[in-house]
Amino acid sequence: MATNTEKDTVSGQYTTGHEWDGIKELNTPLPRWWVWVFYITIVWAVGYWVVYPSWPTMNGYWAGTFGWHSRTQVVQDLEQAQAAKGVYLSKLKDASLEDIIKDKDLLNFALAGGRSVFNENCAACHGVGGVGAYGFPNLADDQWLWGGTLDDIKTTITYGIRNTNPNSRQSEMPAFGGGDKLNDAQLNDLAEYVLSLSKNGTDPAAAERGRAIFSSNGCDGCHGETGEGNQAVGAPALAAGMWLYKAKEVKAQKAQIISQIQNPKGGVMPSWADRGLDDATIKELAVYVHSLGGGK
Amino acid sequence: MSANQAVLPKSLPRQAKGALYASHQKAYPRFQNNGNFRRLKWLAMAILFAIYWGFPWLRWDRGPGAPDQAILIDMPGRRAYFFFIEIWPQEVYYLTGLLIIAALGLFFVSALLGRVWCGFACWQTLFTDLFVWVEQFFQGERNARLALDRAPWSAGKLLRKAATQASWLLLSLLSGYGFVLYFDNAPTLTRDLVFGQASLNAYGFMGMIGLFCYLLAGFAREQVCIYMCPYSRFQSAMFDEHSLLVSYEVWRGEPRGHLKGAVQGRNPEDVFAGRGHCVDCRMCVQVCPTGIDIRDGNQLACIGCALCVDACNSVMDRVGLPRGLVSYDSSFNQAARSRGDSSARTRIMRPRVYVYVAVIGLVAAVMVYALGTRKTYDVNVLHERTPVFVELTGNRIRNGYTVKILNMVREEGRYRMALEGLANAGITVIGIDGEGLSAVELGVPPDSVGTYRVFITAPRASLHGKKGDLTVVMTNLSTGKVVRHESFFAGPE
Repeated sequence: MATNTEKDTVSGQYTTGHEWDGIKELNTPLPRWWVWVFYITIVWAVGYWVVYPSWPTMNGYWAGTFGWHSRTQVVQDLEQAQAAKGVYLSKLKDASLEDIIKDKDLLNFALAGGRSVFNENCAACHGVGGVGAYGFPNLADDQWLWGGTLDDIKTTITYGIRNTNPNSRQSEMPAFGGGDKLNDAQLNDLAEYVLSLSKNGTDPAAAERGRAIFSSNGCDGCHGETGEGNQAVGAPALAAGMWLYKAKEVKAQKAQIISQIQNPKGGVMPSWADRGLDDATIKELAVYVHSLGGGK
Repeated sequence: MSANQAVLPKSLPRQAKGALYASHQKAYPRFQNNGNFRRLKWLAMAILFAIYWGFPWLRWDRGPGAPDQAILIDMPGRRAYFFFIEIWPQEVYYLTGLLIIAALGLFFVSALLGRVWCGFACWQTLFTDLFVWVEQFFQGERNARLALDRAPWSAGKLLRKAATQASWLLLSLLSGYGFVLYFDNAPTLTRDLVFGQASLNAYGFMGMIGLFCYLLAGFAREQVCIYMCPYSRFQSAMFDEHSLLVSYEVWRGEPRGHLKGAVQGRNPEDVFAGRGHCVDCRMCVQVCPTGIDIRDGNQLACIGCALCVDACNSVMDRVGLPRGLVSYDSSFNQAARSRGDSSARTRIMRPRVYVYVAVIGLVAAVMVYALGTRKTYDVNVLHERTPVFVELTGNRIRNGYTVKILNMVREEGRYRMALEGLANAGITVIGIDGEGLSAVELGVPPDSVGTYRVFITAPRASLHGKKGDLTVVMTNLSTGKVVRHESFFAGPE
């Protein structure tokens, strides 16, 4: 307990009585304005308790006279955002995809909305900007499995691919090989032929033998005689030389093709109508994907 | 005593011995409304206030659709207008040139004439000066004001104080009003402000500038100059012995003393025999807006307003002594005259004056050149990052770009875009018909930025390695001016 307080002659203030090696501590009072601001904040806090949610009670909490709630605040904000977009959204609902593309303002709105919806829902597989990944199609190039027109894209997004929705795009490539139908040498020849369709072959003799295997096994039924593919059944155009299951190095692509002939993989895409996206949002998405560079 | 020593302060102002802290004492400047420097101050105030409130009303025709205010900073429109100059946000570096010239100008006048900026032109000085005049108008002379502040509250005191505060607030609001005029069309903004139609921004900034005018000119006053302003700290570094400063002639004034008996009818030489000319009337202290005693020598708190020169001259006239006991003079002259050498004259043209003039001229020339050759159109090419490139059928690669064309004139611009550095490259622009074009024509509306999404496609064979140079060559079809923008074209390994 400090007892040795004294008045400092220079400042006119009393000291606290603490002393360290002759250095004494002044007991300068707080400025009056500071004290008053402090009192006002206390009064303010009391008012705050009354109007806003504050104290816990036996069976809940004091909700405040303003009735403010963070949840209702979020709902209000969402409603406001929705209302702000209302004009364009109602236009989007009625407009056809072709109309949207022609109306510059509507197009910009759809592209902005589409980009954010794409990044939220689609980019996980297709990548930001639709660059694709191993097994997930690149949406920015000029090759489409199921068609690249606005309507094709919208149908694919709405119903998806190989899922449980009855309208989803369905197809399945049968498995060849495994010893009973095609042996290893035949698989090699067939793969050489497939590579030669896109002028990437390295063994013309094997490719020539593979041509017969290609037609006798009915590959041309879906992939076309010259490997042009068929978008009605999602059969890739082998002649384009763009691979969904692309090897890291060009030399290893043959192994990927053989693997696909033996154990075909077919990607699954959900139906986004079933996932809860409304028609206007799907239109935005279709327009956005179409704009990535590959739209037909 | 050397010239340099003459300007050193004898003691720190307003500080008792031993104290490290001095509480603020309110200054009650005596507003003496006569004298040459007082007239000069009124003139400077009139000119500068006329500029401040008047310039936003000047018009400058820029053609239809463009603002016709001569000086305008259009924040929402992202433009700044200064008579024939129109500046876009990315050209703010012109402001750097202006600020450099302003700083050098301050050094220049400080070296020549001391703190004339502080004393005659500074916003803080002008408004404080005006506020003191208002204070004196309602509350009377210095002595009356001192007495009024000591007196108990009465109806009269309340009325005088209220009238002062009301006038200060009105002037403060006007200062805020003048400020916001530079950011919007002055006539319509004035109408909107009066009828409550202006934006919250306009009222907010008007209120904020006004509030600070009220606080700084009404209450903080000389404390702004002494404690807050950085310029007052370094302006004295520009002084030398030839700089004209407000100086007290120590050699003539000391030893000071009160006059004994009447002076009228007596020969001044008899009256002032054996003593200094300073009669210690303290007029120089009373008129000082920062409350200092100039007889202590040149000091930090002196803003060089020269009101003490007027005050002392009026006293010297009355006692029949020559003027200039306190005067605008250099320490070189003072030192010479204290030796009895009256032929010495301050040198105006000194090396540092030449250097300042040369540097100011250089910066001004650079600015004139930059403004004279200012681009009226520019091109930006941004390579898209997601995806960096896309492989297409037929061994082709496509890269995406965002091309921005800045059309900085007030007429529609037509531009031709072509490519260099990439063989067999084709351009496709979203929203423009045609694919794989070698050149494409793009339009941009007047005074705006045209943004185009551009795809460039090239055979894989055209690209050696992962990344190659690509130059976008943009030709302005109305002027023929060509802008080349370096970008790149990327592909797989």
